[in-house]
Amino acid sequence: MTSPLVLIARALDPALRLWQRRTGLGGMAAFFLLPNMAVFGVFVIVPLVLNFAYSLTGGAEILLGDRRFVGPEQYGRLLECQNYLVPLTCREDQFWNAVQNTAIFVTFQVSLMVTVAMITALILNRAIPGRAFFRAVFFFPVLLSPVVVGLIWRWILQREGLLNLIVTSLGGDPVVWLNDRFFAFAAAIGVSTWAHMGFFTLILLAGLQAIPKDLYEAAEMDATPPARVFWRITLPLLGPNLAVVLVLALIRGIQIFDEAYVLTGGGPGTATMFITQYIYEVGFASILRNPGLAAAASILMGAVLVVLTLVQLGLSKRAERARER
Amino acid sequence: MKKIWLGASILALIAGTASAQQTEVRVMWYSDGVEGEVIADLLSRFEAANPDIDVVLDNVAYQVIQEQLPVQLASGSGPDIARVTNLKAQAEHWLDLRPYVADAAYWDTNFGDRFDWMRPDGSTAIPGFMTQLTLVGGFANATLFEQAGVALPGPTATWDEWIEASRQVMVSQGLPAAFAIDRSGHRISGPNASFGANYIGADGLPAPVDEGTMAFIGRLVDWTAQGLMLPETWVSAAGTTYRAAADDFANAQIPFYYSGSWQVANLSTKIGDAFDWVATGSPCGTAGCSGLAGGAALVAVRYTQHPEAVARVMDYLASEPVVREFTERTLFLPAHAGIVAAGGLNFQSADPNVPPALSRFVEASGETLPAADALPAWRWANTYYGALVTRVSQVMAGELTLEQARELIDRDIADQVAAAR
Repeated sequence: MTSPLVLIARALDPALRLWQRRTGLGGMAAFFLLPNMAVFGVFVIVPLVLNFAYSLTGGAEILLGDRRFVGPEQYGRLLECQNYLVPLTCREDQFWNAVQNTAIFVTFQVSLMVTVAMITALILNRAIPGRAFFRAVFFFPVLLSPVVVGLIWRWILQREGLLNLIVTSLGGDPVVWLNDRFFAFAAAIGVSTWAHMGFFTLILLAGLQAIPKDLYEAAEMDATPPARVFWRITLPLLGPNLAVVLVLALIRGIQIFDEAYVLTGGGPGTATMFITQYIYEVGFASILRNPGLAAAASILMGAVLVVLTLVQLGLSKRAERARER
Repeated sequence: MKKIWLGASILALIAGTASAQQTEVRVMWYSDGVEGEVIADLLSRFEAANPDIDVVLDNVAYQVIQEQLPVQLASGSGPDIARVTNLKAQAEHWLDLRPYVADAAYWDTNFGDRFDWMRPDGSTAIPGFMTQLTLVGGFANATLFEQAGVALPGPTATWDEWIEASRQVMVSQGLPAAFAIDRSGHRISGPNASFGANYIGADGLPAPVDEGTMAFIGRLVDWTAQGLMLPETWVSAAGTTYRAAADDFANAQIPFYYSGSWQVANLSTKIGDAFDWVATGSPCGTAGCSGLAGGAALVAVRYTQHPEAVARVMDYLASEPVVREFTERTLFLPAHAGIVAAGGLNFQSADPNVPPALSRFVEASGETLPAADALPAWRWANTYYGALVTRVSQVMAGELTLEQARELIDRDIADQVAAAR
């Protein structure tokens, strides 16, 4: 019995042959890409265009058709500032608070993430006992939902949490860790690093394993010190992977939201409110919502991410070319 | 075999026809305590008596009501009936049940006093009914006060006296804080009124933050800085995020908790016989001892495809015996004028703390000030609450001074008013 798929293929065959004769191989590629592009269009391009349209509107209404066109007013409002380093002098002080917080977060979190992922990859690349087990252990947090990650750490750090249990059992007084600006920020950095490190470790590990072994053997024969081997062989050859990791970590850092939101709620005050939370609050959650302003903020953030993505694509291509050589 | 197939087909056809004749009515419901179980029970009885209506109860978190329902309503969709607290600001989305209910006069007589809380100004619509009246007020852990040897402040005690007494209990019992107020602009608006605050300008639009508001929020900030107010509720969050401190009170972490009457059932369930607690009413300020009335209403949504079926469900839920049972089982304050007048409610709780607590709230409802009474039916109340909670939290976290917060609250409110024009 002929399968239904074969029947469908036979039915479509004449039309496809005609299409190929008229448009060539490029046309066929376009035809097969069409379903994917349709999904991409509906779920990415259309929302993006709608978002941009929202950013040009004002008013309290939620539906785009009900909102009035205000042009670039929302962008002007976001960018109106006497001193960008002092959020209180800005028209939208909370936005600039969030921008500053995100910039500081990205600086420290990405540095920590790349360093720790690098060290972990170097260790896991060695023939240590239980290597497969440790690889799984380091990757495990990546499989957790960010909300679960936030909740786990909240339970650890809250007043009646695990950390205070240890502190009090050692004779200390319990501390409201997440109420301390410095500690809450550090916790957001630490938790986010813990949650995503496994992914970046895996990329670096793949890079390390692609480095030809004979280079290390030659270095060993020359009695090259390990530090020199690292700086002169490992690091240069790992460069393209490291660059990809750096850019991906930057992009992910700028997008920080779920685990930090569950962990700190943006507090204390607005100490850990990052851009994505600002957009969420202004667009949806707050009583004082303003969808146009939230859309404009997300477009500005999107612009930064586009630049970083282009950098990442460039670096990926460079890495590919390097591998081909 | 053929006969079996034929029989099965006929049965399937009958079942299909029966379900096709049923009208589905969706109810979006959130719970503070046990009311979700109570309403489910009441609705199952309605369904048994009305087989042509299938009521689907969607139990959701309060956050869904606050964040997702407005988006659904704006797009002309949503449930058929919803339990909502933000009534006035969304009044345009409620269905006028007047043409559909069996006896509009019954609704006017028993629920008419609060229709203005949920319909546009000047409208005569019947949008729904209050499932409960609430009053903001305090609770004290009587056992902790007794153990500390500190007398519970009396009914005319001021906020300063209450916090001082709670501080003594905190020190004596080694507690993390003296008191907590839910993180909500609504919760501090009664106390603000007690210090002379008035949010409503002569033109009906928001008035600038006045000295009355500054007097209470200044105290709140000072108490937080002194470590008297539990920092987890207000300081540890940004924006208008709502946080209640009921669990901290139930866990005996604070001797005094300022929330509202809707917590009675919740506290009774969670505390059990662990300690004795009392409702305190609202402490006094310079202008009075005001709480803030409010509540949740069950409203019909304008975009329903089945207004007649919705009205039948609403008629049933608003009927006197059902409201009476709902009130007695949930320990809520009733909003049904006939039930209030008749009295004799038999609140179903074995907890000896519950009856006096409810009585105290009923008593305190007569102590609210006009400036507070005007807020539930005022369109901009939520905007004011949102700006207050956002900026006061920033002051508590050391990001703003009180004067900066005052300016920013006024600006945030003005932005919202401008956006709505």
